[in-house]
Amino acid sequence: MDAPAFAWPAGGNTRVPYRVYTDAENHEREKANIFAGPTWGFLCAATEIPEAGDYKTTFLGEVPVVVVRRKDGGINALVNRCSHRGSLVALKNQGNTGTSLTCVYHSWAFDLDGNLQGVPFRRGIEGKGGMPEGFDLKQHGLKRLRVEETCGLVFGSLSAEAPPLEQHIGELIGGRMQRVLGNRKLKVLGTTSQYLHNNWKLYVENTKDTYHASLLHSFFSTFKILRLTATGGIHVSDQGGNHASHSRNKQDKDGGEYVGLRSAIDGFGLQDASIFQARDEFGDGITVQILSVFPNFILQQVHNSIALRQVLPKGVDETELLWTFLGFEDDDEEMQRMRLKQANLVGPAGYISMEDGCVGGWVQRAIQGSEADDSVVEMGGAGHASSDSRVSEASVRGFWNQYRGLMGFAP
Amino acid sequence: MIVDVGTRLAIEDLFARYAHTIDDDRLEEWPALFTEDCLYQVISAENWALKRPIGLIHCDNRAMLQDRVTSLREANIYEAQGYRHMLSATLVTHFHRDEARVVSNYQVTRIMQDGSTLLFSCGRYLDRIKFTKAGPLFAERVVVYDNRRVDTLLALPL
Repeated sequence: MDAPAFAWPAGGNTRVPYRVYTDAENHEREKANIFAGPTWGFLCAATEIPEAGDYKTTFLGEVPVVVVRRKDGGINALVNRCSHRGSLVALKNQGNTGTSLTCVYHSWAFDLDGNLQGVPFRRGIEGKGGMPEGFDLKQHGLKRLRVEETCGLVFGSLSAEAPPLEQHIGELIGGRMQRVLGNRKLKVLGTTSQYLHNNWKLYVENTKDTYHASLLHSFFSTFKILRLTATGGIHVSDQGGNHASHSRNKQDKDGGEYVGLRSAIDGFGLQDASIFQARDEFGDGITVQILSVFPNFILQQVHNSIALRQVLPKGVDETELLWTFLGFEDDDEEMQRMRLKQANLVGPAGYISMEDGCVGGWVQRAIQGSEADDSVVEMGGAGHASSDSRVSEASVRGFWNQYRGLMGFAP
Repeated sequence: MIVDVGTRLAIEDLFARYAHTIDDDRLEEWPALFTEDCLYQVISAENWALKRPIGLIHCDNRAMLQDRVTSLREANIYEAQGYRHMLSATLVTHFHRDEARVVSNYQVTRIMQDGSTLLFSCGRYLDRIKFTKAGPLFAERVVVYDNRRVDTLLALPL
């Protein structure tokens, strides 16, 4: 492993050098050490490709990937790059490719395991041209990712060293993921793409930053919806890169509607409170849970609004954020309506999330020319242990802990 | 379908008022262009085609539109910006008694405070227009945007 492009400042995980968001060389190292390193990236929900031959194109970091359902029901993920001249093979966002993937450039055809099946004019025409005798189809397949599934979500890895997915997520965070997705059959209710003008890590940090929630997102406080009686906490994995924060409304009782919420809203400016009609779906009174898996996957539960977020780098200073809104196959009509209405809270136009679309861009613009300076991540101390306080940046420090380890930034 | 000139002008006038209300930053007047039990929805063409219900915004009554305006004014934080709507290809597909269904195209340019100008969104309006005593109002305005990818965030209505 080459040395990092610059040194980490003193202060450990409580200081983050701004260069980490702007440095092109560092960005290149992330491709190898993070995204092709011993980690897992979310690819799609298994339910998005139900039938044999169904495929979806996505990215592992910046590497284009095609995820495809095999005839035997399993799922493969292949680097979406032809082994011949490097063209994209699958061109659509999603579709059905039958039993093979064929590159349109020179019609090289691959089976769904990525094996090269045939090369047009391999023997030339009338003994002229064609591939050399020794050309071995077996050596020229599509590059295959490791694939594992959990809770109906498909993850891929380009690294032989990555621990099994379950171990990468860990028992602590895996349990929080189970809590929301369980073993229920997922249903995709919508997808949205949001383009951010900032480094991908600024968005990931934002999702881990429980400190900003009530300060930047003033929707709840403006309409007097966030009760100070709410309790909560943060779970952080040992290495630090995975987290789950949650808040629970103390008023939740009766295992049903959020008692008291309506009266909390009345008289404070919201004319229609139907977006807060919610069910205590998981039976524990937790109203918000935000979960992340290193490096770039987020699972959100805001009341009954469940969404996956995939944070995709697009060069060092731009990011595409892909949202997948979920419900379950067994949702009743009322639940479907609640999920639909509550989606107004989140996404690119969401009452409590639109700010997250611009704040990273403000950082990216503000740090230009200040690459030698550092940001301060000291709320709640210097460690990244789980805590019952959300007035903490512990999970942000946890992210940097795991990141620094993989990138070779000495402690 | 061909409707009488007066009806068509009334529809076009509603569209123009809608555009100017937003573009002139008179958002408080925007909900009044809708019926009380209206539907206002912003959804990508991709989700629309796949019949996936969740898009960017889903309001099923006028009070929700008023709440969105209040939130944009009082609660949400976003960089100063404005829109310029370009409307075209108005096609009345159904007209019966006091109701019309209309499809039209739009482009919305977003202008940021620093002058950066972006073709922010383009797509179709799928409208159900109700002719009331107070004039034509949107009973439904479904904004189906073609551009899949939303730059930064969507604050102001399309």
